[in-house]
Amino acid sequence: MGSVYKKELRSYFCNMQGAIFAAFLLLIAGIMTVLYNFKGLYPNFEYALSDTGFIFLLIVPIVTMRIFSEEKRAKTDQLLYSLPLKVTDVVFGKYLAAVTVFLVPVGVMALYPLILSLYGKVNFAASYGAVFGFILLGCALLAIGMFISTLTESQVIAAVISFGTLLLLYLMNALTSLIPNTSGASLIAFSAVAVLFGLIVWGMTKDRFAGLASALLAETVLVFLYFSFKESFAGLFAKVLEKLSVFERFSGFVNGIFDLTAVVYYLSIVAFCLFLCVQSVEKKRWS
Amino acid sequence: MIEVRNLVKNYGPHKAVRGISFTVEPGKIYGFLGPNGAGKSTTMNIITGTLAATSGTVTVNGHDVYAEPLAAKRCIGYLPEIPPLYPDMTPEEYLTFVGRAKGLSGAALAGQIETALERTGTGAVRRRLIKNLSKGYKQRVGIAQAMLGDPEIIILDEPTVGLDPLQIIEIRDLIKSLGKTHTVILSSHILSEVSEVCDRVIIIAHGRVVASDSLDALRERYTSECTLELQFACPEEETKELAAVLSRLADSLTETTEDAKLTKLFLSYNGKRDIRSAVYAEVKKSGLPLLAMIPHVKTLEDIFLDLTGGENGEEDGTAAPAAPERTEETTGEPEKDKDGGDDYKPLFG
Repeated sequence: MGSVYKKELRSYFCNMQGAIFAAFLLLIAGIMTVLYNFKGLYPNFEYALSDTGFIFLLIVPIVTMRIFSEEKRAKTDQLLYSLPLKVTDVVFGKYLAAVTVFLVPVGVMALYPLILSLYGKVNFAASYGAVFGFILLGCALLAIGMFISTLTESQVIAAVISFGTLLLLYLMNALTSLIPNTSGASLIAFSAVAVLFGLIVWGMTKDRFAGLASALLAETVLVFLYFSFKESFAGLFAKVLEKLSVFERFSGFVNGIFDLTAVVYYLSIVAFCLFLCVQSVEKKRWS
Repeated sequence: MIEVRNLVKNYGPHKAVRGISFTVEPGKIYGFLGPNGAGKSTTMNIITGTLAATSGTVTVNGHDVYAEPLAAKRCIGYLPEIPPLYPDMTPEEYLTFVGRAKGLSGAALAGQIETALERTGTGAVRRRLIKNLSKGYKQRVGIAQAMLGDPEIIILDEPTVGLDPLQIIEIRDLIKSLGKTHTVILSSHILSEVSEVCDRVIIIAHGRVVASDSLDALRERYTSECTLELQFACPEEETKELAAVLSRLADSLTETTEDAKLTKLFLSYNGKRDIRSAVYAEVKKSGLPLLAMIPHVKTLEDIFLDLTGGENGEEDGTAAPAAPERTEETTGEPEKDKDGGDDYKPLFG
C-alpha cells in the first residue's frame, strides 16, 4: 500500500493536478471568506465553507478522473496486478493519496479561523466542526469519483460521468421537491428503480432471465409492501432521495451541529465506494 | 517450477485459450511461440496473475496463482507486451516504486536498482523522464523492472517488438545473460529470435500447445524427413536404371519429367542417415548428365508453419488446429488434453 501511495502522491504533484485542485479550492474558499467574513463581517467561517462546497463538482473529477482509467489506458494496470500487491492495497493506496492531495489545501484553509480570530471573536468549535464536515464531504465525493474512474478507460468520460453524478447529488434536494407526494407516485418511482436494477443485473450477468427475474422479484416485494403499508409510501421516494443527498448532510456541520450519524453516513459512503472499486477492478480480471 | 494444467480462457464467446498444459523447469530459457492471436499473451497474463483463467490451474513454485497470489507473484518478474511504464517518472523513480511494491527497502532496494540499471544498460538515462526515452530504452527499463526483487522466473512478452535491429541484438544478449541466473520465458512470433535465444520452445496455435520440446529435438524430429532433388539433362527413360538403384538407397522415389532435356528425381530419406555421398557415387557411376543436386531440408520456419497450420481457426471450434500436442518431452509424462481433443486431427504422428 505504501508504495502505491507514494507513487500516486508523486504523480499528483508532477502532473499539476494536485496544484490545480489546491488552487481552485483555495481560490473559492478565499473569495467566500472575503465575502462572508471580511465584507459581510460574520465571525462564522462555516458559512464561507458552506458556499465553497459547490467547487467539489469541478475539482473532484480533476483529481479522480485518471486514478484508474489512465492506468487502464496505458496498460500500467498490468504491472500493478502482476506485482505482489493486493487489489485492496492498490485501491487504498490510491484513495489515500487522493485524500492527501485534498487535505493539503484544507490544511491551509484551517488557518483562516485563526486569522479571523485576530479581528473578532470566532467560535472555533463550530468552525473546525465545519472543517471536519468539509473533509468528510470531500472524502466521500473522492471515493465516488474514484469508483467511476474504474469503469472506463477514458479520462474524459470518467470526468464527465463524475461531474454528472456529483451534479445530480448536489441538486438532489431541489429535485426531490419536484416529486409528487402521493403514495402512488412513490410506487411508480420505485418501480422504475426496480426496472433499472433488472437492467443492471442483465448488463452485468449477460443473462436475460436473471435480469427479468430480479426486476420481477423487486417489483413483487414492492407491490407487497405497497399494499401492506400504503400510508407510509406517501412521499417515501422523495425521502429516500433526500437521504442520498451527500451535500445536504454537510449543512448540519455548517449550522454548528456535530452530527455523529452524518459522520457514519460519510464513512459508509467511502467504505461502500472503495468496496465497489475493488469489485470493479477484480471484475476486469475475470471477464 | 511452473505447472500449467488445462488452462482455458474465454472472452465471452471467443475462446482465446483452449486447454493449455505445460511444465517449465528451472534454469532454462523457454520460447513461447505462436502466430498473432494464438493466446500467448493471454496465457502469460494468467500465469502472472494479471488475468483470471476461466478454468484450469497454474502453480508457480508450488503456489497456486489463484489461492496464493502474492506468494506466486513474488516468484515472477513480468514484462507485459506494452511496457507498463509511467511516463512522468524517471527510470530510477519507477524502479524504486516497483522495488518497494515487491517488498524491498533500504540498501537492498538501492543495490538491486543499481544492478538492474547496470545489467540493462539504462544507467545513463536513469534521471531522464521515461516519456523522453527511446523505445529501446523503455523496453530495457521494463526488463529492469521485471528483474527487481530477484524473482526466480522472468516472463517477457514479445520483448523485441518494435525495436531496431541493433536494439534487438542487445535485448537478446540481455535475455541470454538473464537466462544464466533466472528461468526465462519469452514469447515471440519471430522464429529466428526464439531459435537463437531459447533452450526450449513451446509452440501454441489457436489456443493450444502444438509442440513443446527442445529446439534440437524439434529440429531432429521434423528434419528426419529429407528430400533430395536430382536433375538430369536427359529424358526419363535413360534415368530408369539409375532410379532403380537409387530407390534402394532412399525410402521412396518419385520421378517427374518436364521435357526431353530435364528429368527430376525426388528421393526422400531419413535425415539421420545421410545418403548424399552414396547417391553421388551411383550417379557418377551411371555417367548421366547431372545438372543439380538439391537437398530440401525442413527449416524451423517450415516446422512452425506446419505446426501452427496456416489456417485461421479462430472463428469456431471445428476449424481448429491441425496438429497433435507434443508435451511429453517437457512434462516427462504423456500429457494430452483429452477434453477438447475431438476437433483436430493429427498431421504428424
